[in-house]
Amino acid sequence: MTSPVSKAEQNGPGAGPVLAEPEAPKAPSPRRIAFARADLRTLSLVGVLIALIIVGGITKPDNFLEIDNLQLVLTQASVIGVVTVGMTFVIISGGIDLSVGALVALASVWATTVATQEFGFWGILFTAVLVGVGCGLVNGVLISFGGMVPFIATLAMLAAGRGLALQITGGNTQTVTIDSVLELGYRDAYILGIPPLVLIFAGVAIIGWLVLNRTTFGRRTVAVGGNDEAARLAGIDVRRQRLYVYLLSGLCCGIAAFMLIVLSGSGQNTNGNLYELDAIAACIIGGTLLSGGRGTIVGAVLGVLIFQTITNIFILNNLESATQQIAKGAIIVAAVLVQNRTSRNQTT
Amino acid sequence: MAPEQDRAPQPPLLLMDGITKSFPGVRALDGVALEVLPGEVHCLLGQNGAGKSTLIKVLAGVHQPDGGEIRWQGEQVALRSPIAAMRLGIATIYQELDLVTHVSVAENVFLGHEPTSAGFVVRAGEAKEATRKLLKRLGHPEIDPGTLVGNLSAAHQQIVSMARALSHDVRLIVMDEPSAALDPDEVENLFRIVADLTADGVAVVYISHRLEEIRRIGDRVTVLKDGRAVAVGLPAKTTPTSEVVSLMTGRDVEYIFPERPTAAANGKVLLKAEGLSRDGEFAPLDLEIRPGEIVGLAGLVGSGRSEILETIFGARKASSGRVLVDGEEVRPGSVRAAVRAGLGLAPEERKHQALLMLESVTRNVSVSSMSRYSRGGWLNRGAEFVAAQKAVRELSLRPDNPDVPVRTLSGGNQQKAVLARWLLRGCKVLLLDEPTRGVDVGARAELYAVIRRLADEGLGVLLVSSEVPEVLGLADRVLVLREGRVVHTAPAQELDEHRVLDLVMEGSPAT
Repeated sequence: MTSPVSKAEQNGPGAGPVLAEPEAPKAPSPRRIAFARADLRTLSLVGVLIALIIVGGITKPDNFLEIDNLQLVLTQASVIGVVTVGMTFVIISGGIDLSVGALVALASVWATTVATQEFGFWGILFTAVLVGVGCGLVNGVLISFGGMVPFIATLAMLAAGRGLALQITGGNTQTVTIDSVLELGYRDAYILGIPPLVLIFAGVAIIGWLVLNRTTFGRRTVAVGGNDEAARLAGIDVRRQRLYVYLLSGLCCGIAAFMLIVLSGSGQNTNGNLYELDAIAACIIGGTLLSGGRGTIVGAVLGVLIFQTITNIFILNNLESATQQIAKGAIIVAAVLVQNRTSRNQTT
Repeated sequence: MAPEQDRAPQPPLLLMDGITKSFPGVRALDGVALEVLPGEVHCLLGQNGAGKSTLIKVLAGVHQPDGGEIRWQGEQVALRSPIAAMRLGIATIYQELDLVTHVSVAENVFLGHEPTSAGFVVRAGEAKEATRKLLKRLGHPEIDPGTLVGNLSAAHQQIVSMARALSHDVRLIVMDEPSAALDPDEVENLFRIVADLTADGVAVVYISHRLEEIRRIGDRVTVLKDGRAVAVGLPAKTTPTSEVVSLMTGRDVEYIFPERPTAAANGKVLLKAEGLSRDGEFAPLDLEIRPGEIVGLAGLVGSGRSEILETIFGARKASSGRVLVDGEEVRPGSVRAAVRAGLGLAPEERKHQALLMLESVTRNVSVSSMSRYSRGGWLNRGAEFVAAQKAVRELSLRPDNPDVPVRTLSGGNQQKAVLARWLLRGCKVLLLDEPTRGVDVGARAELYAVIRRLADEGLGVLLVSSEVPEVLGLADRVLVLREGRVVHTAPAQELDEHRVLDLVMEGSPAT
C-alpha cells in the first residue's frame, strides 16, 4: 500500500499527485492584451466599413460620396441603430428580443393616431416612448417572473404587437400633421450638416456605452449574462436585472419609433419590418456573444453602419434586393467565422 | 457467485495495467491496475478523488488513458469511444443516470441501436417487446416500456439503465454506486440481479461506499488511493474492515494545517441555524458558529453537505427552521438577504457558481460590493481597482495585478478571488464548499492558512469537504453527516480519520 514518496501526494477530489502549475504569464500587461483584442475586432470592423466605402466610391463615384447620400445612409442607420443599442444589452444579459420590430411598429402607429396627435409634438414623443417601455415591461415580467424563455415571450410579443398595430391603423397610413415633428426631418433642422436623427442615435449610443461600461447597471448586465448562477450567488438580483434590460430595449424601440415617424412623416403598421433580424445581426457582427456575457456598443454601431452601407451600395447600383439579402447573410457568416478564429488564437 | 477454485487459472476477462491519466494540474490515475474475471463481482473502493470515476470512464471509453495497457480476453485493445467499449461488451451504469427523460423506456433502452427496417425505420413494436423481456429478466415486469422515463422513480430509472446495458451483448457491467439511490428492498432486488448476471458469466465491477454490501455480494476488492491501486484483488468477504479502511486512508504526505488558536472561540454567536431542514435533503439541523471558529461538516457525497450550506445561504429555501446572523433572522430563500446579513459562499463548482470567467479579477472581486464603489449607479473604477487590489494582496493572490482575466489563474488563486469578493464585502461568516477542490497541494496549505487567518480576524467559517483530513485538520469542531442527518458532533481533536469514515459509511462497525 505504501507508494514511494517521490513526489508530493494528496488525497482529494480530482486528486493524485499534482503536476507543477505554470505561473500565470507576467508580461505583457494583461490589460494591454485585452485592450488589443477589443481593438483588433473594432479595427477589423472599421476596415470592412472603409472597404465598403471604397467599393461604393468606385462603383458609383458621382452618387455614393455625395453629402446627401451620406446623410441618408446615416439617417437610415440611426433608427435601426437605436434599436440595436437596446438589443446589445438584451443579448449581453443572455437574452434575445424578437419583438423590437413589432414594438417600433406599434409605438409608431399608437403615437400617430388622430387622438394622440391632438397633444402635439410631446404627445407623440411621450406616447411612442411609453408604448415601447410598456411592452418592454410586459416582456421583462414574462421572462423574469413568468419564467418564460426570452425567445418565446418576445416572439409572442412580436405577433401580438404587429396584430395590435394593424388593428389600430386598419392597414392605413397615418399621416402626421404636426409641423414641429416633421420639421425635425427637414434639411433646415440639420445641425452643422448632421441630421437631428443622427444626433439622437449618437446620443443613445454614447449613453449606452457609458451605461454598459461605467455603471453598476452595465456590470450587472454583463454578470447576469456571463454566469447567472454566479451572479445570483454573488447577491445580484438576477430577475430584476433581466426585467430592466427588456425595459431598456422597449425604451429604445419607443425612441426609434419616434425617429421613424419623423423620417416618414407617418405611422404604419408595417414599420420596423424585420428590425429584429437586422439588430441581432448587427450585434453579432459587432462581436457580442449570443450566449451572453460579452458585447460592445461600438461594435454594434459599426455593425449597423456596415449593413446600411451595403444596402445603400446595392440600391445605388440597381441590384435586386434578393442579392442584397444574400450578401448580408454571407457577411454575417464571414464576420462570425473570422471572429471565432481570432478569439481562439488569442485566448490560447 | 464466488469464483470456484477451478476458475482461478482462467484468463481474466479484463486486465488493466499501469493506466495513467492526467488532467491539467492533476494526475488522476497514476498507474492503476485492475483485473476482472468472468462472472465475478469485483468491488472498487476508494475515497472521493481516489480515481474511481476516472478509471471507470477510461473503461467506458469516455476518457483516453495517457499510458498503460488494457487487455480484453487476453487481447490488447484501445477503448477509443463509448461505442467501442460497448461493442466489446462493456456497459456502464453511471451514478448520474444518463437517460433521456422525455422519451419512452423502450426508446431509451434501444437508443442508438434501434431495431430497424431498411436501415432507418424503427420497428417500435419489436423494441417494446424486447424491452419487456429485459425488464422481466431484471425482475421488474411492471415497468411499461411505453412510459416516459421521466415519470419513473430513481430506482426504476436505474433498472431501465440496466436494461439498456443488457440490450447489448454485455460481458462486463460497471455499476457506480448503484445502491445510493435505492430503498433497502430495492437494494435486495439489485443484489438478485447481480447474482443472476454473474451466474450467466457476466462480470460486474461494483462501486460502493457501503462496506457491508461489498461483503455481501463482492468476490474481490481493489482499493484505489491517490490514483493508484494500493491493493488488488483482496478477498471481499474475509479482509478485515480495519485493513480496508487503512488502505483507503493511509497517506504518505501529511497535510500542513495552520495551528489552532489556543483560546477557545468565544463571543456572541455569529451564525445560528435552528431546526433548519429541507425535505428529502437533510433533517432538522442546529448549528452555532462564533467569531474565530471554523466548523466542519464531514460526510459523503449526497449526505446533504452542500445542500445545508446552500440553504443557509438562501440559495435553497428551507422547509423548516430559520437562520440567524448576529441574532437577526435572515429572510429565508433569499441570497440577497443572506449577503446583506453578512454571509458569503464559496460554492463547490467554482467556475459555474462563483466566477465570471470572461471577466477580470477586479470585476470578480467587486461584483458583490459594487454599490460601495459607485454613486448613483456610476462606478468609481479607481476606487474599485484600489479596493480589489488591496483584497487581492491581503490574500496573497498571484499574480497580484487584479486586471488579469480570472480564467488565467490557477485553481487556488481562483478560490482566493472568491474569498476576496467576500472579504471586500465585509462578510461575517464564510461558507466554504470544497474550498480546495482542484487546488494543488502546495496551494492548499496556503489556502488553509488564509482561511485560518480570516477566522482569527473574527470571521466565522463553515467548512464542507469530502476530504476527511481537511475537515479534521482545519476545523475546530466537526459535525459528521450521514444521509442528511448529523450523527456525531465533536471537537476536531477528538476525532480521527478512521472514526469519521466509520461514522459516514453506514453499517461498518468501528474497527
